[in-house]
Amino acid sequence: MDLFPAGLGHDSVGAELARRGVPRREFLSFCASLAALMALPAGSEAAVAAAVSAARRQSVIWLSFQECTGCAESLTRSHSPSLENLLFDLISLDYQHTLQAASGEAAEAARMAAMRENQGKYLVIVDGSVPLANPGYCTIAGMSVADILRETVANAMAVVAVGSCAAYGGLPAAQPNPTGAVPISSLVMDKPVVNVPGCPPIPTVITGVLAYFLTFGRLPELDAQGRPKAFYGETIHDRCYRRPFYDQGKFAESFDDEGARKGWCLFKLGCRGPITYNACATTKWNGGVSFPIQSGHGCLGCSEAKFWDMGPFYQPLSTPTATSRMNLAGAAVAGAAAGLAVLAANLGKKSAAQAAHEPIGVADLVKDKAK
Amino acid sequence: MSANELLIWARGSGFNLALALLVVGLLLRGFEIFSLGRKTDLAPARARSPGSGWKTVFSRTLPPLGLVARSPTTYLGGYVFHVSLFLVIFFYPPHIAFLHALTGATWPALATPVVDGIAAMGLAALVALLVSRIGNPVKRFLSGFADYLAWTLAFLPMLTGYLAYHHLTPDYSLTLGLHILSAELMLALLPFTRLFHAVSLIAARWYTGENFGRKGVAT
Ligand code: SF4
Repeated sequence: MDLFPAGLGHDSVGAELARRGVPRREFLSFCASLAALMALPAGSEAAVAAAVSAARRQSVIWLSFQECTGCAESLTRSHSPSLENLLFDLISLDYQHTLQAASGEAAEAARMAAMRENQGKYLVIVDGSVPLANPGYCTIAGMSVADILRETVANAMAVVAVGSCAAYGGLPAAQPNPTGAVPISSLVMDKPVVNVPGCPPIPTVITGVLAYFLTFGRLPELDAQGRPKAFYGETIHDRCYRRPFYDQGKFAESFDDEGARKGWCLFKLGCRGPITYNACATTKWNGGVSFPIQSGHGCLGCSEAKFWDMGPFYQPLSTPTATSRMNLAGAAVAGAAAGLAVLAANLGKKSAAQAAHEPIGVADLVKDKAK
Repeated sequence: MSANELLIWARGSGFNLALALLVVGLLLRGFEIFSLGRKTDLAPARARSPGSGWKTVFSRTLPPLGLVARSPTTYLGGYVFHVSLFLVIFFYPPHIAFLHALTGATWPALATPVVDGIAAMGLAALVALLVSRIGNPVKRFLSGFADYLAWTLAFLPMLTGYLAYHHLTPDYSLTLGLHILSAELMLALLPFTRLFHAVSLIAARWYTGENFGRKGVAT
């Protein structure tokens, strides 16, 4: 099969890869990884290769709102050449604050041009949440980010909310949420929104979603929270290699004890793997090198909604987050007071009954007493 | 309210509320029961029976001879359920972590697949007990709202815990939140329902045993 046939449009992915001299072997192995990443059946790499090769480079507008740029860093700080780098050849990233050379009006002009030229076909990626308490809290080129979002998604094909801030509000929305931060899905109602949560999300998960879109021209299957099922279908705990220790009841009690050295389960050190849906335990980070639990630290649950508000990070998941001693003392006082009140009422009843007691003598029992 | 918000509430405010209700209820019921008192028995004791109260506390844990064969579901189901509930509450690692956070005490756990099997047996026993309660005309006649309420309060945490452990629902966090909430409901209502026997049982048996002892009845 000719992966980069001459007849491909000049802006097709195949043409771009041919121009850059990407070897076919590399491209095919890339497609095989994509197929595996998207949980496609074995043997689909050829179909993926053909589809990706013929696809037009997808125009992508990346909007950054209340965020820390960690999501973009996650995507870009991968070793080269990698799946992630290669993917930049597959898309045309038309607007991205951190990566684009243009600035000021030229940058905004690039966004407008991409929106105009790819009307109805471009993809919008958003990282960061939108502050609603005051439009001035986050602005770009003098516009509130809520307005930029509204304007940009109006003619988009779909929106990908990358990172926990865009997907759920994230850190900016943590109690007491001073900026009134909201997730993207609460503002975009008329376009499909894919949530790719994580703080940051795994780079291959971000690229996997884009690759799926590119290959099939549609979004992957999503769960009730808008997350791609292929990556967020199982919890970390389900796939954790320390799970046998959890099942045997072998736990590290501190970060430097015997259990920790033996690689036992980190549940007692606050691991949130049991409630966290993500692919860290399988896909891993840094080119599949490791993931937090493998490095000896429990899962923080960063891809879950409200993970900042879930109580202390180093306390087991099954424990109460804040047992209030004052509350307990108050309850004890109230209980004792109520008990004393009941005691007083009972004593009152008892003495009333005693007072009302009329002694009965033999005379009272004589039948004809009345006569 | 999302599943995670429910979980946050259950682990925070919900737990504090349940614990407060439990403490208020325990003290209130304790005062109530003990302040009622009993009239002094003026009759001379028929027999000297030192320790009959304490003996009864334990002897009543065993079934009277012959009754297991006559009501197997009641007795066996009752034993299986109570032992299962005890083991699951006190020997499942996350529960130990919970009790450790509350009391500072800790002890070895049972392997989770073992706890899982025990929990399944406990659930089956509870269902068998309910079926027999409804199916047996005498038991049905004797049962009222309080009995079914106590059954439900014990069943819900067991069921939601089992569902959560096996990921039998689409949303694990939601099931975990519901599990914690159902356990909190049980704690909060314990002093005010038949579940109070978990606390009053020792005093009640002791009193019965002492009384029987004085009257010359075997304990
Ligand atoms: S380390 Fe965390 S995810 Fe792994 S088995 Fe233990 S609790 Fe589960």
